Amino acid sequence: MATITPDKTLDASGLNCPLPVLKTKKALEELQSGQVLEIITTDPGAKADIPAFCNRTGHQLLEVVEEGGKIIFYVRKK
Amino acid sequence: MAEKLAIIATKGTLDMAYPPLILASTAASLGVETAIFFTFYGLNIIHKQKMNQLKIAPIGNPAMPMAFPPSMQNPITNAISSIFPGPPQITGIIPGMTDLMTYMMKKTIKEHGVADIPELLEACKEADVKLIPCQMTMELFGYKYEDLIDGLEPPAGAATFFNYVLDSEKPMIIFV
Repeated sequence: MATITPDKTLDASGLNCPLPVLKTKKALEELQSGQVLEIITTDPGAKADIPAFCNRTGHQLLEVVEEGGKIIFYVRKK
Repeated sequence: MAEKLAIIATKGTLDMAYPPLILASTAASLGVETAIFFTFYGLNIIHKQKMNQLKIAPIGNPAMPMAFPPSMQNPITNAISSIFPGPPQITGIIPGMTDLMTYMMKKTIKEHGVADIPELLEACKEADVKLIPCQMTMELFGYKYEDLIDGLEPPAGAATFFNYVLDSEKPMIIFV
């Protein structure tokens, strides 16, 4: 269980590369700096791609939780 | 901008339409200024009519898997797949085979939650990817600017392409 309370949740379940990253970028645009986005995905490729996106763009990856086939990311907007 | 990516899309088949659009939309969302230069058959990807008729041909493509979409997998199709890992090359000459394989591939793509081509083009436009049609091949194939989708850059030639990409500290070019 995650201990972080997100400001917004993006459900990208069932979507594959590159959609989780593209939707994450769009969802972050709607947040204020410092707010946290929760991204729910089922794409195994996202496990490496969301951290790579954060590394490149400077948003902070707070936590990654895997539960029941879902990978959930918590990203703080820079 | 410090980093610039230019992708050259030269192929007009369904499978080869994916890499330029996936890479461009992703690079742009990572903050890289990105353009795709559509030349030769790649122009079909941004052609209003032809973008809906992109196909994948089994003939000449020995890597193609049988690719029954998940909803069509049953003991019979599984048995076919176990005997033929891909469609035998000779069957590629049967009329309608290319359409059948295209239908199956599109169904597989949809059932796997992979975006379709119009969706990826939209994603590219939203991410401010510059979509540049090649002037010379447009004339060669008789494509008019209004035959192509909206939101494109003006048609351009090789010099414009190099001027775009080299006007950067870190230019990157991908040829597809």
